[in-house]
Amino acid sequence: MIEMSHVSKTYKVSKRDAGAVSALKSIFHREYEQVHALKDVSFTIQDGEMVGYIGPNGAGKSSTIKILSGILTPDEGTCLINGLNPWKDRIRHVKEIGVVFGQRSQLWWDVPVIDSYELLKDIYRIPKSVYEQNKDELTELLNLGELLRTPARQLSLGQRMRCEIAASLLHSPKILFLDEPTIGLDAVSKLAVREFILNHNKKHKTTVILTTHDMQDIEALTERIILIGKGQILLDGTIDDIKNGNENMDEALAALYQKYEI
Amino acid sequence: MKKYFSFFKLRFSMGLQYRTAAFAGIATQFVWGSMEILMFRAFYEADASAFPMTLQATCSYVWMQQAFLALFMAWFMENEIFDSIVDGNISYELCRPINVYDMWFARSTANRFSRAILRCFPVLIFSAFLPAPFGIMAPVSVSAFVWFLITLILGALVTIAFCMLVYMTCFFTVSSLGVRMVAVSVVEFFQGGVIPIPFFPEKLQKVMELLPFASMQNVALRIYSGDLAGVQMKKAIILQVFWLVVLVAIGKGINRLAMKKIVIQGG
Repeated sequence: MIEMSHVSKTYKVSKRDAGAVSALKSIFHREYEQVHALKDVSFTIQDGEMVGYIGPNGAGKSSTIKILSGILTPDEGTCLINGLNPWKDRIRHVKEIGVVFGQRSQLWWDVPVIDSYELLKDIYRIPKSVYEQNKDELTELLNLGELLRTPARQLSLGQRMRCEIAASLLHSPKILFLDEPTIGLDAVSKLAVREFILNHNKKHKTTVILTTHDMQDIEALTERIILIGKGQILLDGTIDDIKNGNENMDEALAALYQKYEI
Repeated sequence: MKKYFSFFKLRFSMGLQYRTAAFAGIATQFVWGSMEILMFRAFYEADASAFPMTLQATCSYVWMQQAFLALFMAWFMENEIFDSIVDGNISYELCRPINVYDMWFARSTANRFSRAILRCFPVLIFSAFLPAPFGIMAPVSVSAFVWFLITLILGALVTIAFCMLVYMTCFFTVSSLGVRMVAVSVVEFFQGGVIPIPFFPEKLQKVMELLPFASMQNVALRIYSGDLAGVQMKKAIILQVFWLVVLVAIGKGINRLAMKKIVIQGG
């Protein structure tokens, strides 16, 4: 179970006007602005739930994921994931989670994908039998086959993303964070990724938290949706709450963004 | 421990696959070593008694230095580590049940040793066949050779521990370039990379020998050429261990601090 209560995080962002004069000025005097990335965010997610976490760019989605995965320490508030505080018990906590950042890569660039997997096996101390079983299952479902013997740098984006997802599930995590997993993928790859996530959640009861801008991802995958804007949770409900009678999900969401002025 | 060893293994086998880079490196090291020796020869011809080491010992020093360049040069830092801090790819490494410092230490060790192993033999073999005093001489004794190997490894670890500090400062500054440039030149000069430490004026030498930089290549290379032995050698080895412990402790301290306040920017 994930319990997040009253979490806030503020960033310091340096600002200056355009041009050389203000650049010179900024040598002596820096102006900073406080940006509230998260303001009093609370929610609870049960085991096995699949939750879509949506909001415009800069709303605080990534900050939330970073806090939940133990990378970022919030200024205020508490968070308990299966009884552990993610940033204080980082090492114990991260053993139980898998993370996919759609815009980054966790595979070693110059070596075949399988080498990266073997390394993960040792890092997470996955027992050999479990590792083999998970690897075979993921290879079959994500259609990895020959890809495993190819260096990561020579994979296409769609192939790489499939390998990335498999990499984050090798240690059978209880919770899976997907941060824009379908970004930049073609239609076929998107469908393959969606179908896989859906089946994996059904079969293994993995809790999935998904951030995306692709509303079709949300429609295909999640029952529950949390909408965040300007660092605050604006809506926590179902797809129908978002749709609000609209046929088109994107339009419905745009209307919501306008309504909340985010 | 096993996970750090697997890390070492993967980085090591990766390092061995860059054959062209190794070939280019070896060629550079031959030319560089020959030029240095020609220069020293000119000095020695003017007045050999003015130098603290014999020409033979100096030549051995130069060839050993070229052969094991990858172990000691501060500029052999890993761009991938800097990149991962600057572009935020380190997020993935923070999502793993590992200590970032230990992992990078294992990784740098593997990187340096794989490069050194790939490159040292051609230089060593070639220089062994050069006519005396320009070639590499046989080690003074068996025990000197064993001590040479031990201090070689210790020295490489001290160098890595120092480079770790440079990686760690990158958590606090946006660009690592400035720190890197200063660190690289300081290390190069004070570890005896430009000229061996015994060539410095005596007073300066005494101070330099206490600095962590003297615990890098200086000890091993001088033990091999017989310049450092007996009590002096033991003192130098104790100092190596001391600096290794101190540098690792400082690095781990900075690492803990960085983990607390780290902010991965961007979405």
